[in-house]
Amino acid sequence: MTTVHERVDTFHDNDQKPVGYGRMLRKEDPRFLRGRGRYVDDVQLPGMLHLAILRSPVAHARIVSIDTSAAEASPGVKAVVTGAMLAQQNLAWMPTLSNDVQAVLATDKVRFQGQEVAFVVAEDRYAARDALELIDVEYDVLDPVIDARRALESDAPLIRDDLDGKTNNHCFDWETGDEAATEAVFARADVVVSQDLVYPRVHPAPMETCGAVADYDAVDGKLRLWSTTQAPHAHRTLYAIVAGLPEHKIQVISPDIGGGFGNKVPIYPGYVCAIVASIVTGKPVKWMEDRSENLISTGFARDYIMRGEIAATRDGRILGIRTNVLADHGAFNGTAAPVKYPAGFFGVFTGSYDIEAAYCKMTAVYTNKAPGGVAYACSFRITEAVYLVERIVDCLADELGMDPAELRLKNFIQPEQFPYTTKTGWVYDSGNYEPTMRLAMEMAGYDELRREQAEKRARGELMGIGIAFFTEAVGAGPRKDMDILGLGMADGCELRVHPTGKAVVRLSVQSQGQGHETTFAQIVAEEIGIPPADIEVLHGDTDNTPFGLGTYGSRSTPVSGAAAALVARKVRDKARIIASGMLEVSVADLEWEKGAFHVAGDPGRSVTIQDIALRAHGAGDLPEGIEGGLEAQICYNPSNLTYPHGAYICVVDIDPGTAQVTVRRFIAVDDCGTRINPMIIEGQVHGGLTDGVGMALMEMIAFDEDGNCLGASLMDYLIPTSLEVPDWETGFTVTPSPHHPIGAKGVGESATVGSPPAIVNAVVDALKPFGVRHADMPLTPSRVWDAMRGQARPPI
Amino acid sequence: MQVPAPFEYERATSVDHAISLLERLGGTARLIAGGHSLLPMMKLRLANFDYLIDINDLHGELGYVEAGPDEIRIGALTRHRELLESPVLAAAFPIFADAERVIADPVVRNRGTLGGSLCQADPSEDLSAVCTTLDARCVIRGPGGAERVVSMEDFHVGPYETAVADDEILVEIRLPVRPGCGSAYAKVERRAGDWAVVSAGAAVWLDGGAIVDARVGLAAVGPNTTGIPAISAALRGQEPSESLYEQAGAIAADSCDPVTDQRGSADYKRHLAAELTRRTLRRAVERARS
Ligand SMILES: Cc1cc2nc3c(=O)[nH]c(=O)nc-3n(C[C@H](O)[C@H](O)[C@H](O)COP(=O)(O)OP(=O)(O)OC[C@H]3O[C@@H](n4cnc5c(N)ncnc54)[C@H](O)[C@@H]3O)c2cc1C
Repeated sequence: MTTVHERVDTFHDNDQKPVGYGRMLRKEDPRFLRGRGRYVDDVQLPGMLHLAILRSPVAHARIVSIDTSAAEASPGVKAVVTGAMLAQQNLAWMPTLSNDVQAVLATDKVRFQGQEVAFVVAEDRYAARDALELIDVEYDVLDPVIDARRALESDAPLIRDDLDGKTNNHCFDWETGDEAATEAVFARADVVVSQDLVYPRVHPAPMETCGAVADYDAVDGKLRLWSTTQAPHAHRTLYAIVAGLPEHKIQVISPDIGGGFGNKVPIYPGYVCAIVASIVTGKPVKWMEDRSENLISTGFARDYIMRGEIAATRDGRILGIRTNVLADHGAFNGTAAPVKYPAGFFGVFTGSYDIEAAYCKMTAVYTNKAPGGVAYACSFRITEAVYLVERIVDCLADELGMDPAELRLKNFIQPEQFPYTTKTGWVYDSGNYEPTMRLAMEMAGYDELRREQAEKRARGELMGIGIAFFTEAVGAGPRKDMDILGLGMADGCELRVHPTGKAVVRLSVQSQGQGHETTFAQIVAEEIGIPPADIEVLHGDTDNTPFGLGTYGSRSTPVSGAAAALVARKVRDKARIIASGMLEVSVADLEWEKGAFHVAGDPGRSVTIQDIALRAHGAGDLPEGIEGGLEAQICYNPSNLTYPHGAYICVVDIDPGTAQVTVRRFIAVDDCGTRINPMIIEGQVHGGLTDGVGMALMEMIAFDEDGNCLGASLMDYLIPTSLEVPDWETGFTVTPSPHHPIGAKGVGESATVGSPPAIVNAVVDALKPFGVRHADMPLTPSRVWDAMRGQARPPI
Repeated sequence: MQVPAPFEYERATSVDHAISLLERLGGTARLIAGGHSLLPMMKLRLANFDYLIDINDLHGELGYVEAGPDEIRIGALTRHRELLESPVLAAAFPIFADAERVIADPVVRNRGTLGGSLCQADPSEDLSAVCTTLDARCVIRGPGGAERVVSMEDFHVGPYETAVADDEILVEIRLPVRPGCGSAYAKVERRAGDWAVVSAGAAVWLDGGAIVDARVGLAAVGPNTTGIPAISAALRGQEPSESLYEQAGAIAADSCDPVTDQRGSADYKRHLAAELTRRTLRRAVERARS
């Protein structure tokens, strides 16, 4: 159950309109609810073979030899392939999304536990899996680098000896802001607070693991690849580059996807192996990883070791924020981020506050852990940034003895300051923070909660109230400075209206559960007046959709949503000209009202969009210079990112005897600009808040000192269930984006970004009687108990 | 999809049939009851067996909760859910429902069995702690119908090891019934459905105001679920009181042997052993009194 609070004075929900925005059941749900979804693992092709991957049992070792003879002789086995064999075709290595390289199959060394070493193709997945046990690999085990803090020590084992001239485990350095200016404000500040924080390695753990079916037709040279990808077009181009296949002969199909959260952005070795296997065997080949493979080898998230520092005046005016970050990128830098942004959008660590100076210095290192780096609904590292700023603002409030809500309210960027350029160079498009914050406080009954807390404290009970206020930067991005491996981050959209007035819209982005088939139909409906039910949304098939970079970083609505609105306007412009011919008036004399043009001042003389569609395709003359048909295509290049914001308040209770944390209430007020389908927005928020409970209280991919992954199953890597989360209380304000055609901002990751600091702040607040100022995630009972005894430790 | 190594599979039609198959196939075979412990291990290939002997068709024979004058007898194939919903157990030993509510999830509880739980001998197994607390006797049947009865102390011989031989099957659990009993169970878990960080069961038998006998069983703090005789000795003949629970808790913390792992530090687990001992004893006494 959910309580929804609406701020009616700023926005009217649009339920009443015949078309367009408003609450509407999702068009895709009947398919999912009836078990008719079609996922990669549902693809069955005649003669299809199955692929299984042999993975390294150790974190760091030289491969001495691989004997595949017994596996080759195993019943049902068609091929066994090693890195050495791929190397002959120049396919043993592939580029990562961060311009690094990653082994498809290890040739020289294995560099993390779970790394791909060889694969077997067999008649069924049992035979393939059984044959893996028969491959004999001799490893010369090397010391691993597990603790990122020690990766740059002079005697640390060298991980990336494959890179020419590499002598240490340094991955990259990055900085932003003004170091000297920041130093100056820190020097004159009344109060400086600094705090070490760890955002541990976590995993998106989508319900559907990654997989692919590759079907290469040697006769026409065409490769069809069904794969679990959030970015089918980008993948197609990369396959063309990696495998040297002509791009027009590659069709990537991303069917229904069972959750992505960033996990399905990268190209994994398994996809490439499936392609190679299909080429080698001449048969379609399916590879579906199992749960453990997903958890140990695919894109993890976070793994930032941070020091946050904040400077302020005694009366609570924040002057500057400074941070130093050590980033663990695993064995290969597989981070998905625009090329100029190796640390993603971490630069927004200045948060929602009007400050004088900021500076960040980051060092990224290689370790013997799985690659990845940006995943799990983080908006390109904004999760880490928001956690940092919202945690240290609370530390400052504690130091000043000030209420954390009051401290935030005092320092917000003011509405008239937008567009606001931050001290790290980000241009926040719009925002009106105080009403959002006040609404959250009102919904929470903030003052009453503080009274209750005081009473409980007097009785020895532990109750905490945590606040987080976030600003995100989503919708990457303007092609002038954002690209991934040289591909600009613009998105295409194509709209065709059929003769009977039904329409099909083709997108470059791909839903993994976000409800695109509904939201995009609603966007188009709002613009051209065809009801959403009459608009088919096609996505996920590169042969049938225009080019674009896909769905991640909350970019679908900011980028593709804009494209959908603009392409619909383009069609409407053409419809207007055709209507002027039909009504025999000039275009200037026509007025548009949801679904029809009428003659200004004479509403009786009108033609509907359906009438126009028929005329566009039918007999009879069209106005001079107008072609038949009613369709358009565009490519949208966003002029800026969009900056959604939100105020979250969390209430926790802690059992003083067992140190177990219960999230009693969670109030989430989101401002994502114009709201297209409020039900879908709430769904996104609910999911993200649940993610946040997971990260704050239980999730962590841990390693032992040998580099064994301790989170290789869902019994070990815990994700929350409905029993760990409260009834979410959601509300909203609306501050449209000024540069987005319909004023919408992304919301897909807001709650994942905003909720962890709110929960941690609440737990730390509850532990105040023990003198606790900070405790790192995951706040498991054992770790909370440590904190209660003054022994809070970082998790790594 | 995680896939187990190849195995052959047969459904037993009677207890004796199951035993004769075990006799013939020896250590390469395993009984499968609910399968919720065995199959995950096989899918991860941590355990590989050539033969599985499915005993689920024996539920008619081995699935029951029966109250006798001085003991309650429970068939080894009785499912978690049947234990949770049993009125006999609810009246005599509410510790069962306390524990069952926090074991796994409904899907697992619909299939998983008492016998499988005890035979798995996982140090964190909740029902083992319950049975230890209640001083259960385990009835093991072997070739030729020979039956022997062992205490919980003797039943578990180490982590994942029991007194049940390769050609034997656990058929029944017997719980002695004495007057004035109250019992309770408490578990700390990191998340619903997770295995225990630590859990504790307590049972007390009161006569008038005094404790005639008391037992505490702990899970996840040693190689097997453990009973703590020193607590029984300290509590017998005493009037229940907070200071007595404190004392019992201290004994629990001292007598257990937890290790630090992902679920928590050894110190924390020791602390929980004390805390949960106090809580369950308090609750058990309340129940015995009402
Ligand atoms: C997700 C999940 C969460 C869980 N959480 C918990 C939890 O919180 N607490 C908890 O206590 N348990 C938990 N369990 C375990 C669950 O209770 C199992 O059902 C139980 O441990 C085993 O019962 P089973 O009938 O499924 O046994 P099986 O898996 O069928 O068998 C287990 C072992 O016992 C042997 N065996 C079974 N029956 C007999 C018999 N009659 N005689 C001799 N040997 C026999 C088998 O050969 C096998 O070696 C969880 C399981 C899962 C999958």
